[in-house]
Amino acid sequence: MDVMRLITFPMERDYSLTGPERQSAFDKGLAGAEWYRTPVNRKVLKSLMKRTDWPATRDIAIWVAVLVGSGAGGILLWGSWWALPFFFVYGVFYASAADSRWHECGHGTAFKTRWKNDAVYELASFLMMRNSVVWRWSHARHHTDTIIVGRDPEISGMRPPQLIVLCLNVFGIVAVPQGLVALARNAAGILPPDEADLIPETERRKAIRVGRIHIALYVLVALVSMWSWSLLPLMIIGLPRAYGIWLLLVMGLPQHLGLAEDVLDYRINSRTVLMNPIQRFIYWNMNYHIEHHMYPMVPYHALPKLHEVVKHDLPAPNPSLWDAWSEIIPCVLRQLRDPRHFIRPQLPEGAGEWEPVQSNLTA
Amino acid sequence: MPWIDACALVDIEEEDLVRLDHDGRTYAIYRIWDEEVYCTDGLCTHEKVHLADGLVIDHTIECPKHNGQFDVRSGTAIRSPACEALSTYPARVVDGRVLVEIPST
Ligand code: FES
Repeated sequence: MDVMRLITFPMERDYSLTGPERQSAFDKGLAGAEWYRTPVNRKVLKSLMKRTDWPATRDIAIWVAVLVGSGAGGILLWGSWWALPFFFVYGVFYASAADSRWHECGHGTAFKTRWKNDAVYELASFLMMRNSVVWRWSHARHHTDTIIVGRDPEISGMRPPQLIVLCLNVFGIVAVPQGLVALARNAAGILPPDEADLIPETERRKAIRVGRIHIALYVLVALVSMWSWSLLPLMIIGLPRAYGIWLLLVMGLPQHLGLAEDVLDYRINSRTVLMNPIQRFIYWNMNYHIEHHMYPMVPYHALPKLHEVVKHDLPAPNPSLWDAWSEIIPCVLRQLRDPRHFIRPQLPEGAGEWEPVQSNLTA
Repeated sequence: MPWIDACALVDIEEEDLVRLDHDGRTYAIYRIWDEEVYCTDGLCTHEKVHLADGLVIDHTIECPKHNGQFDVRSGTAIRSPACEALSTYPARVVDGRVLVEIPST
């Protein structure tokens, strides 16, 4: 296979938020539209949405304990091969697990207490090299216009797929420099057009301030590393975002990869994958992804119950990550030749139908 | 502005809300506890989503779309992406009925 083609494939469509696809999304009524949601009795939904501090307090305590324990092991054994397994665990919990904490606390659903959500959100944003303001707005848009080309800034499975980039990002090789450049740009007072499209004027100064704080902290860690002539400080802060992200890609890419673009039904553009308890702890139940998009107010710990309530109306979930990737890989390979190809999930007999409703937004 | 008979108090559970459509506009009526009721515009100021599907937590309403939050007493936006305040309207309970003072043509 011609490797260069994998790198330089032009995108079939313009995935930027300021290109022609943006207007087209508005013209087709896809922007800010009403989406299909499986009806759930209000009483049941209220009980599922209920907030409490306990599950997240417990889970964050375990997360921090694993980080401190594995990090300490890595530091103590630095210089010997025995440090490797400690950094393996540390990296996965630093990066792959931080993403789901970032996500849940960004929604404000993990804890009942607002400051706890905000504190974990800021910490996880830093670990993930994401500007907490920019990404709050980007994720809001992802929920408004999920996988709508020209509107959703979080489409990771663009077509045709950039396989080399996807593979390099297993160790953050493209994503980490991209994240740092984006933060540095914000720190320099710049919000590029795609970010400006998302963030209202009133929030922009905050985004610049956050960019400056993140960059200052990373520069500080790099200086300590240089001053001590050791990679160790960067192995603890910064580099884990690269060497520990692989599991997030394995668990997170199936959320939407290989599924339809430009549809107003989460059952068709999102995927629910059943996972084991350890995976679900690391991923904070985001494997119930259709359910999360339908009802983003339901906290992560109640998603398995929500799944039971709505599953009669959803495509059968993939029974494992292996099963999900077994359908994704052939699809993605075919998209190299045929970017219009995608997987059409089968809705169960008697499943509800989406009825188009006028959008509330204007271009 | 006239007082409108919106609904019976028992039609709203405690820590919950209902939607009221009146004169081409949508409102949200909240019951916090016992006879403590409030009324605000019914659409989120962020992307005009109906707040009636949201969650009342203490004195806040959380929007069902992006989890933006407002204080139902003042309408103040307290959590982004909700940034702009909701309009609020007087509300009270009389003889088991919820009355709200909202614009009428
Ligand atoms: S529509 Fe209410 S917070 Fe976005």
